[in-house]
Amino acid sequence: MAEAVFFLAGAGAVAGAIGVVALRNPFFCVLALVSHLVSLAALFLLLQAEFVAAAQVVVYAGAVMVLYVFVVAYVGGQDEPLGPQAGSGLRLVATLFGAMLFVELCVAVLGTGLSAVDSGGADVAVAGGADAYGSADQIGELLLTKFLLAFEVASFLLLIAAVGAVVLARRRGGMTAAEDQARFSAMDVLRPAGTGTMAEAVGGRRRALAAAPASEADAQPAAAAAREPAPPAEDE
Amino acid sequence: MDIGWYLTVSALIFTIGAAGVLTRRSPLVVLLCLELMLNAANLALIAFARMHGNAEGQVFAIIVMVVAACEVTVGLGVIVAMRRRRLPIDVDELRELQG
Repeated sequence: MAEAVFFLAGAGAVAGAIGVVALRNPFFCVLALVSHLVSLAALFLLLQAEFVAAAQVVVYAGAVMVLYVFVVAYVGGQDEPLGPQAGSGLRLVATLFGAMLFVELCVAVLGTGLSAVDSGGADVAVAGGADAYGSADQIGELLLTKFLLAFEVASFLLLIAAVGAVVLARRRGGMTAAEDQARFSAMDVLRPAGTGTMAEAVGGRRRALAAAPASEADAQPAAAAAREPAPPAEDE
Repeated sequence: MDIGWYLTVSALIFTIGAAGVLTRRSPLVVLLCLELMLNAANLALIAFARMHGNAEGQVFAIIVMVVAACEVTVGLGVIVAMRRRRLPIDVDELRELQG
């Protein structure tokens, strides 16, 4: 039974991987990766990694792939020609490199001195109990005791990545001049001069005001006074 | 099933992902192939964790998943920024780092 499930899931995972590499339309590539991830979750279940399998399906095949689908829809899922324009020598070399890498990995895996590789693994507590191998109890306890530092660093990394993605993908003022000037928004009247631009992000509000035209700077007397910190000295 | 079978499947998926990174031209698909390689590494980690009967390898796999999610987020942000700037979505055309 376990053998049949293993071969089904393994074939599904490999077929999904080949689909990602070989399909032309990026949208179908994403769908192939989803099927690959679900098959891989089945393999994780066979290895009694229940929590990782659940996280794989929910987080990876669910959330991350939705992000991919949105970006493919935004960029435009146009068909790309497979292979480089200038000759197919590069493609041949890449395929050869892949084959050599596979042979090397197989030599490393199958020729290993680890005798446990040829066994079904160590005896572990079966699923169902509170201290079962790979259960959410065990993973959670490890994450909050032995691997607490890695857990906290991972949370900070996620925060930094979220902020970085927003900074990278936001709409910058003045980047696409023709498109931005053709459209008129009520915020153009209401917002102070220079806000929402790259100049403001880099140099703060003061430099943004300095870059703004003089008439708009006059409309902000407080900010203009802050720019020249010593007006009484000039009076004398 | 023997652990060696899982490691062989992992090696095969890693190889396919590496070949995809080298051959594909769309940065979106290159990111997908990077995901393939990370998942192959995850499968090997979990197989070795099962071999030792020790759940610490599974924690390692979860951290790898977190890092992969961060990489995807930033990579997709870069692709959206490229699209905004009308740059070609093609890794062969983007061969210079010009601001």
